[in-house]
Amino acid sequence: MARNVSTQRKIITTAAAWTIGLIIFFPIYWTILTSFKTEAQAINDPPLFFAFNWTLENYAIVQERSDYMKFLWNSVVIAGGSTIFGILIAIPAAWSMAFVPSVRTKDVLLWMLSTKMLPAVGVLYPISLVFVQFNLLDTRGGLMVVLMLINLPIIVWMLYSYFKEIPGEILEAARMDGATLKEEILYVLTPMAVPGIASTLLLNFILAWNEAFWTLNLTAANAAPLTAFIASYSSPEGLFFAKLSAASTMAIAPILILGWFSQKQLVRGLTFGAVK
Amino acid sequence: MFLKSTLCAATALTLITAGGAFADGHSATITIATVNNGDMIRMQGYTDGFTAETGIAVEWVTLEENVLRQRVTTDITTKGGAFDIMTIGMYETPIWGSNGWLVPLNDLSAEYDAADLLPAMAGGLSHEGTLYAAPFYGESSMVMYRTDLMEAAGLEMPDAPSWSFIAKAAREMTDRDNDINGVCLRGKAGWGEGGAFITAMSNSFGARWFDGDWNAQFDTREWSDTLNFFVNMMNDSGPAGYATNGFNENLSLFNQGKCGMWIDATVAASFVTGDDSTVADSVGFALAPDNGMGVRSNWLWAWALAIPAGTQQEAEAKQFIEWATGKGYIEQVAANEGWANVPPGARTSLYENANYQAVPFARMTLDSILSADPTNSTVDPSPYIGIQFAAIPEFAGIATEVSQEFSAAYAGQQSIEDALEKAQAITNDAMEAAGYR
Repeated sequence: MARNVSTQRKIITTAAAWTIGLIIFFPIYWTILTSFKTEAQAINDPPLFFAFNWTLENYAIVQERSDYMKFLWNSVVIAGGSTIFGILIAIPAAWSMAFVPSVRTKDVLLWMLSTKMLPAVGVLYPISLVFVQFNLLDTRGGLMVVLMLINLPIIVWMLYSYFKEIPGEILEAARMDGATLKEEILYVLTPMAVPGIASTLLLNFILAWNEAFWTLNLTAANAAPLTAFIASYSSPEGLFFAKLSAASTMAIAPILILGWFSQKQLVRGLTFGAVK
Repeated sequence: MFLKSTLCAATALTLITAGGAFADGHSATITIATVNNGDMIRMQGYTDGFTAETGIAVEWVTLEENVLRQRVTTDITTKGGAFDIMTIGMYETPIWGSNGWLVPLNDLSAEYDAADLLPAMAGGLSHEGTLYAAPFYGESSMVMYRTDLMEAAGLEMPDAPSWSFIAKAAREMTDRDNDINGVCLRGKAGWGEGGAFITAMSNSFGARWFDGDWNAQFDTREWSDTLNFFVNMMNDSGPAGYATNGFNENLSLFNQGKCGMWIDATVAASFVTGDDSTVADSVGFALAPDNGMGVRSNWLWAWALAIPAGTQQEAEAKQFIEWATGKGYIEQVAANEGWANVPPGARTSLYENANYQAVPFARMTLDSILSADPTNSTVDPSPYIGIQFAAIPEFAGIATEVSQEFSAAYAGQQSIEDALEKAQAITNDAMEAAGYR
């Protein structure tokens, strides 16, 4: 009897998961599908699902008009660089909060998270002025710093959650054996937290890859990443839906592939500490 | 050990790349920020010719219109210097020019022939007689209609129709069973979308945004008449969900044969008669409607090239502007792609050209542009310049909010009276905060 109930539940849960998954995936599917239509087919009413003449014309036009590889390289460098910078700063910060907490640690953690609630546009001018002052406009380095800073609270929070799961006694034992603070973090804590660090890296790489406010407002021709590549095909006056879809598909393809191969780590990272 | 090595290698790589990135900079290249539309993209395709001719390389930053506006506004107000040329419109140009943010363009060469620029365009892109941006293409708005449906309805479109004729024709042409809407108009929120349309329409109903003391005028009968007429006509003959329709949505409907009439930008004429249109052979054109009060509901706009003050490449930027907005470029496009594809609405000589006169929408486009007067756009006097906007810095923000209230009324989420009441409060509050009142 109990087995039957369990099977029923499994079916319902599976069906619900598939339904939600398909709903979430539908915009991506539609974007990819539209990229193979002509502009006229892209706006057809009723929408065309399969019965249309598939074409690669949009990809050819996008390739001809834009230097995709330049945008892609900028995305890789900016997202990768900001994530690595973030990890380097977040590991010691999370270590101190997890293993040497003070009475204000929880307040500090909450305060860090609260900075994520600040609307980005509210600090557009101050940050733009700082960028102008230090000649950072339209540089990958400048964007790395900004994206690292805006994602730092999440990196620290995630690493803090992982580190809290590691028994403090192990670190104490290392100290008893004469390990310095640097050795303790590098040779004892970090190797034990590799799965956590890997999923934090992945998630933050995706967040930085998708960031579209700062990457559009602080770049021009040199450091513009794939978000600017997509924005160049959007238009309120003229039909560019099929080309926009082709550009979007090209922009999300690398991150979709990365996500596909690392989904286990990603899910673990997102759900870690959720059920205790 | 492996982790340490990996982290060290990754950090080193990042620092090297970042170091290189910090050193990024401009050389003998000009950087141009522009909008994504057919004419601008076509121009990018011809840039190699300019580079070969002058040795000046061109980097393009193409962005969606609203993103571009935010980006170039931030750049010019913070003196960012990211761009040597910016594509801006008639709204920004006089404001930025008066602030000293743009390089005057009064010293363009004799060969460029600045006197050939259409007076309405040159006037809208100037401040106190100084030209601050060169028009790449200009537009007004007009009626585009289906000649076959009009004939089937037993009506004949006059060259200069009234709103009452448009409403009547829309009712007659509407065929809900066959998914044909009599009229398609912008209802989408946004000062450049539905906000632009309703403002231009309100001018012909005798309404205005402000009186001489910068008091909002949404509590007047003229505004109430405008919105009631618009909503009634669209409910009778417009497409479902028109409150979220902008230029692209209406273009799509018209090209699929689902609109009897469409009143919108004159540049759309080449789209509705182009290859993507299923009704290309049966499209007619007429002036935007009026209401018998002496002012038509057409707007005036230009996308123009301007040079931000402080650029290090002013001479090169001027050279590019002369090339892109000069007569030679128009001839080059006409020779390669036909006269229907040249950038319209900027030069008088284009409309004197016999080849261009043969293009079906040329005359009505010119008549529409010539009938638009940004300095005298309302029936009663107003303190601002502009037809579908008031050329003051605060307008974009205020009009975006006001158009959101209007769109909510179109969607039936609130009454027209409530929308107007809120528009009045929003506008007066903002004008008071800005020190106008």
